[in-house]
Amino acid sequence: MIFIDTLLLGISSGAIYSLMALALVLVWRSTRVVNFAQASQAVLSTYVGYEITMRTHNYWVSLPVAILFGAALGSSIDLLFMRYLAKKVRSGPIAEIAPVIATLGLLGLLQSIIGLIWGNSFLQYSTPLSGKGFTFGNHTVPFSPQNLLIVLATALVLIVFGVVFKFTNLGLALRAASFQPEIAQLAGIRVGRIRNIGWAFAGAAGAVAGAVITPTSVLSPNSLDLLLVSGFIAAVMGGLDSLVGAVIGGLVLGIGFAFILQYVGSSVTFLAGFFILVIVLLIRPRGLFGHQLGRHA
Amino acid sequence: MLKRRHSPLQRGGFLLVCGVVLLVASNFVDELRSYQGAQVAVYLVAISSIILLTGYSGQISLGHGAIMAIGSYAAALAFTLWNFSFEFAILFGMLVGTLAGFILGVAAARLSGPYLAGTTLALAVGLPSIADQFKVLGGEQGLNFDIGDPPGWIKKFEGSDFTQYKWFFWLMAIVALFVIWAITNLLQSSYGRNWRAARNNPVAASLAGINVVRGKVLAFTVSSALASLAGALFGILLGIVTPSAFPLALSFTILTGAVLAGVGNLAGSIAGAVVLVAIPEFSGALATHLGSSQKLTANLPGLVTSLLLIFVVLFKPEGLLQKNRAKSIKQLNS
Repeated sequence: MIFIDTLLLGISSGAIYSLMALALVLVWRSTRVVNFAQASQAVLSTYVGYEITMRTHNYWVSLPVAILFGAALGSSIDLLFMRYLAKKVRSGPIAEIAPVIATLGLLGLLQSIIGLIWGNSFLQYSTPLSGKGFTFGNHTVPFSPQNLLIVLATALVLIVFGVVFKFTNLGLALRAASFQPEIAQLAGIRVGRIRNIGWAFAGAAGAVAGAVITPTSVLSPNSLDLLLVSGFIAAVMGGLDSLVGAVIGGLVLGIGFAFILQYVGSSVTFLAGFFILVIVLLIRPRGLFGHQLGRHA
Repeated sequence: MLKRRHSPLQRGGFLLVCGVVLLVASNFVDELRSYQGAQVAVYLVAISSIILLTGYSGQISLGHGAIMAIGSYAAALAFTLWNFSFEFAILFGMLVGTLAGFILGVAAARLSGPYLAGTTLALAVGLPSIADQFKVLGGEQGLNFDIGDPPGWIKKFEGSDFTQYKWFFWLMAIVALFVIWAITNLLQSSYGRNWRAARNNPVAASLAGINVVRGKVLAFTVSSALASLAGALFGILLGIVTPSAFPLALSFTILTGAVLAGVGNLAGSIAGAVVLVAIPEFSGALATHLGSSQKLTANLPGLVTSLLLIFVVLFKPEGLLQKNRAKSIKQLNS
């Protein structure tokens, strides 16, 4: 029984890691930037959702608003900031880490703005769904309607993304722009605009993650930081430019963490994540599903 | 005076003069300033470890806070458990940190950019909580690392009003100046040249007979030695070593310092370290000025740091103090 309980917990947290990893991968594919600001984008969208819920007393209204806000935020960060950065910093010792530093700066900026508006104390973002686990016979599994929502929301996002990427012109353009930007441009794809759509998708995915996971804990300016770290580990494990890899990486990490938490102890989970990551990367330096670009000889 | 045209001896002389000036100056400031001076010295060592790694060898680490924690814990263990004198405890901390850095460096040399960033990030988040797992590491309470009063000979020499923090400042300023001297020499030796060559063009470097992988591992190891030294000093300054002293934010803070310094510019690390210490003080004053509400005092330091970081990346990528050298660097790199 404990085994199945742990598995269920792992799937639900793995789903969230997958969403975050997906958000990071979408940005990485379009701009070659690891977007550390994603945590603060998602948390800001969640605060917007929280504000809407406070006003309307309806979680289901706040959810789409938060997602739209997340998409708009992602797209405007790309338009107002990242494009400018890419033009400005091209060479010198800082060029390699400039995107990392810039997104870390954005992370801090958005979090302090949130703190200035809403304060740093913990807020409770509640949903109409119960946080109590389903009961089968006399056994209550640690899997509540809220967890079900998490898994369903993740599955929905994955299906939507999957359909868009596989079967639409937009998806083709997105794939082409990330695969070979210059050739895509020559083929008539507006790469800049397509990249911006990638950022918007990523922002939306992050907003979904924030809006469904926050009711299971508390809301604060830093409440999604660890989720970002897990999502990043999952994305790196999956190979950073693979959407499938991000999902599988997230699930592996979520289930792995759940079992370590259950059978070893809470204080070693992230360290175990480190070791899992190192082992995966030592065997496949570009992640499980990453493109093997060959050695940059 | 840290330019390439000067010999190690000249640089040493210059830094020696700096040191004497600093130590004399410490007689004219109060306790708080001495403490902040010691803090600057610790950040200086930590920032220079990042500059060596990122600016010269082209590797990214988001986990240097974890390596500082390793150095700090090893030194504190040696000091409290095995009764090492504090000098040897610091050396022991460096030794353990160097070993850890070597192991990590071997793995790191295989990884590029974001993969390395992800791995080191996981380490930075995961490592400090290990202290809860082993009783000997003291859990959340941490380990005592109180090295006690200044030694007798200094008191005899400087008078009995020689305070604790002034002693810390002396110790750490001397170590930091020595570190700067050693690294400038190292970076201008053939090792430093090889690192830069391998960073700018790995193919050309390996064709010229440079072992790129070995260079990367060595850079990571040396950088870890410095980071663990900074960690041990940090532990002494705090008087206690706890997991919460090494949060993820610490790794980001020293990275911030390195960026403010200009990642490829060792002399700028002094400016970076001073700014890191000055930000809390500055934003505290600003918050009081704006009518210190709780929201302001809690969020202003973060706001100031992030704005500064974004400003530097966009407008002063060579670091706060540098004039625009972008052109010459472009020529060098092209």
